[in-house]
This record gives sequence, C-alpha cells and structure tokens, in this order.
Amino acid sequence: MAAPRVLPRLDSENRFFWTSGAEGQLRFLRCQNCRSFIHPPRPVCRHCLSENVAPEAVAGTGIIDTFTVNYQQWRPGLEVPYVIARVAIDGAPGVFLTTNIVGCPVEAVAIGDRVRVRFEQHGEIYLPLFERLA
Amino acid sequence: MSASEAYITGIGQSQIGVRLSRPPLLLTLDAIREALAEAGLELRQIDGVSTYPGRAATYLGFSPIGADELIDALGIRATWHCGSPEISSQLGAVVAAAMAVRTGQARHVICYRTVYEAAAMSRPDEYPPLRRETVDGYSQWFSPFNAFSAANWTAQYAMRHMKRFGMTREQLAQIALTARANALRNPRALFREPLTMEQYLSARMISTPLCLYDCDRYSDASTVLIVSAGTAIDEVACSPIRIAAMAGTVERHSWDQAEWMACYPTGADLWKRTDYKPADVDTVQLYDGFSFQAIAWLEGLGFCAPGEGGQFVEGGKRIALDGEIPLNTFGGQLGAGRLHGFGFAHEAVVQLRGKGGERQIAGDPKLAVCTSGGGPLATALLLARD
Repeated sequence: MAAPRVLPRLDSENRFFWTSGAEGQLRFLRCQNCRSFIHPPRPVCRHCLSENVAPEAVAGTGIIDTFTVNYQQWRPGLEVPYVIARVAIDGAPGVFLTTNIVGCPVEAVAIGDRVRVRFEQHGEIYLPLFERLA
Repeated sequence: MSASEAYITGIGQSQIGVRLSRPPLLLTLDAIREALAEAGLELRQIDGVSTYPGRAATYLGFSPIGADELIDALGIRATWHCGSPEISSQLGAVVAAAMAVRTGQARHVICYRTVYEAAAMSRPDEYPPLRRETVDGYSQWFSPFNAFSAANWTAQYAMRHMKRFGMTREQLAQIALTARANALRNPRALFREPLTMEQYLSARMISTPLCLYDCDRYSDASTVLIVSAGTAIDEVACSPIRIAAMAGTVERHSWDQAEWMACYPTGADLWKRTDYKPADVDTVQLYDGFSFQAIAWLEGLGFCAPGEGGQFVEGGKRIALDGEIPLNTFGGQLGAGRLHGFGFAHEAVVQLRGKGGERQIAGDPKLAVCTSGGGPLATALLLARD
C-alpha cells in the first residue's frame, strides 16, 4: 500500500509484541500461573489475577474467523481494495488479531481459511500480517 | 406517576444538516429551547446536565460541546452533571441522568448529544484534523492494519452472520430501505429522496458486505432529552414517558477480542428488569449507524432468535411503518442523519406521544424500545406511556 501505515507507539507493555517479528516469531503474553493467554498485553492475568505473566511464542498459524474487503479510501494514497480479517490464533484460545490477509487476490479469501503470519517490517516494528496456507 | 421513577419529559432537536454554519453551541440551544417549550419548563428549573462523550478535544467535531461548557455558557445552576465516554454508549448519558434523578441529585436533567462532524471536516482551519504518526491504546490493534473505521469492524460481524446464518444483502438492504422510506415522512430528515433496491444493490462498496447505503453519513445536529424526577413531574406540561427499564453492558471494550456483540447481553438484561415482554412493544428504534447493527439488535432484544434477523426483516413488511414492529420510524441514522444514538430515544418519545405526523404509527402505542451502540458497547431503554 502506497500510503504509509500508521504504526503503534511502543511502550513497556506492548514492545515485545510489536518487535517479536525480528526473530520471526509471534508472541503473546501468557499467565505462568493458569496458562491463559492475555491479549491485549497487560501486566496481570484477566482470568486469575496473577502478575506472573510472560511472552510466549505460538506457532504463527490461525484461522480466519471473519473478514471484510475494504474498498473505501480512508486516507490519501491508500491502495484499495484490501482484506481486513480477524484471525483466531492457533494455540492461544480466545485470542484474535485484527490484521490483513496478503499475498492473494481479495476474492480468494474466505472465512475458515487457514493462514500463517508474515511479518512486515517498519524499523523496529514488525506488523503481523497473514497469508493463506495452500 | 410514581415519585421513585425517572421520566423523559421535554424532547428537542435542532435542524439536521451537512456543513452547517450555525455554531454547535447554538444548535444545542435550539434543541434545548424546543425541549423546554414542550415540557413547559424554564431553563432556571434545569439543575442537571448529562452528555456523551463530553468534550472530545482531540476530535472536535465528534463532540464539540462539553457538559461543563454548556452549563457555563447558558448559566445553568447544576447540582449534578456528567459527560463521559466511559459509559455504555451514547444513551448511557440518559441512564446516568435517570439514576441521578432517582437518587435526588437533580430534578430536571438536560441530556444532549451534539454532532458537528460534517461541518468540522469542511472547516479544517477551525477544526484541525488529527493526524497522528503513531497510535496507542485501543487504536494500535486496528489502525496499523488500515482498519480505521467502525464500518470495517461492523462489516466483519456482518460477514460472519452471512456465513453462519445465510443473511443476504437483500435482507440487509431492508434496514436501509425502511429507514429511507420513513425519512421521506420526516421533515427534518437529512435524506429526502427515495431509495430503491436496485440503487442499493448497485451502490459502491465501503467494506464488504456494507455498501454506501449501509453506512450513516456525518451530520451536524443536536438532540436533547430532558429526564425528570418523579417527584418533580407535576412541574411538567407534557405527557411524561417513563423509563421502564434500562440496560447497558461492556463485555470487553474491543471490536476484536469479544466473541460477539454487546447488544446481545444488553438485550437480555433489559427484559430481566421488567415484566414487559418483546411482544408488548409497539415500535423499536434501533441503532443503525451501520445497517447490520439494527439486525443484531432485533436478535439481541429477542424479537427473533440469534441468527434469524435476516429472515425477520426479509421483504421489509414486518418492520415497515404499518408493519407488526415498526423500525426506525424517523428514518434512523441511515435516513435522518448521524444523530449518534439520541435520535432513537427522541423518536420513541415522539411515537409514544402520537406526534409523528405523517410517520405516526397506527393504534395507541404505549411501549417502545430504543438503543444505542451495539458493538463493544450497548445501551437499551424501554420507554412506557402509562
């Protein structure tokens, strides 16, 4: 897309998430007490209130829970159409990412498609985009 | 009348336009004057002010007039006021006011929602657009993926509904077509031209499956509801409309981590707080910033089962002005303009008072549901004319 992406501002809570792509891995906070995943990242588990939470890598695959093909040019230079999807993350029950499905025509995308993360680097930030698995 | 209840008394609305030059404070005053006149109240009798979301300094057109600003500008002597975005969506401001009058914090509360987005966008010198290089909080999970708009987020719920339950675009269209048909009978409505199914189906896409006519349009307007205490109701000249039940929920304040939309638990909660049943309701005024939200509300409120909303509105007869459950009789936001939640409560009161003119529903309506939001935040009010 020609228009530059709007990037997240890194802070102590989200830095690991947005920079994990440097090692080619998708990570989420996980409670070391009850083993639940926590997303968005916060320094406490929303299930058991343990403060013993740490980032853990997941496989980086998932399933398209739902999606939309965006046609509206919200910003100057934004190339349309593109796919916005909500991906259910394998191995992290209850965690979803809003993301883009890239590497295929927009018409090819369907709910239930299996996808794999493909990072897009912007300096130290790696945006987790996804592509369909054949 | 019951001393312990809260009532909606005066209601008012400014003109609804696009790129209005009249300042937002004066649009608010227009609506207040109309509401006061209907209630037979003077401004000096107002002792409370409630709004959503309060002054939004980062995005001035979205909420140009804060509660404290209005109090100061009009010389209101307030014993209670509230203007907050952290409530269960727009009509949460009415819920707060009802609780305030029921606990003796105030007697007559002006609740208002003033929107000025169309005007603000046309006057960037006066209302500089926010252009951020980076995002944090909530936005960081959406904006980096160019998912900027609630249209994108709502569209994904609609896509899932189509996949799981078979909802069609023709069914979705009925929300927009019904809204437009009703708008033609509302002299204040923004859109006054007919809309056909052919036009709908050939309109440009915004975010699949939502096309241009599934999305409301930025507008400039103010809507006011006066909430009065049961103990002060003898000061009011108009027929009081009782707030019979209220509900508002947030499960996760997120458009992507919640399993489903907040209108479902909110709808269920509403009926737990009253002896009335959906079958008792004469008209529904359901949030339709995007058409699909009204379908989700019909399901969430139990007018049909989850998943059956598309079939429920099929053909449009059931939700038409002369149907079994007339929907958005003023045109909704899709037809009347983006009043942002308050228009639904305003119209519920209009209908319950029999003042709908050309758009008045038949019979002697006594019970109405109005809602706001529906995605991560939702509010529902059950209004009764006793």
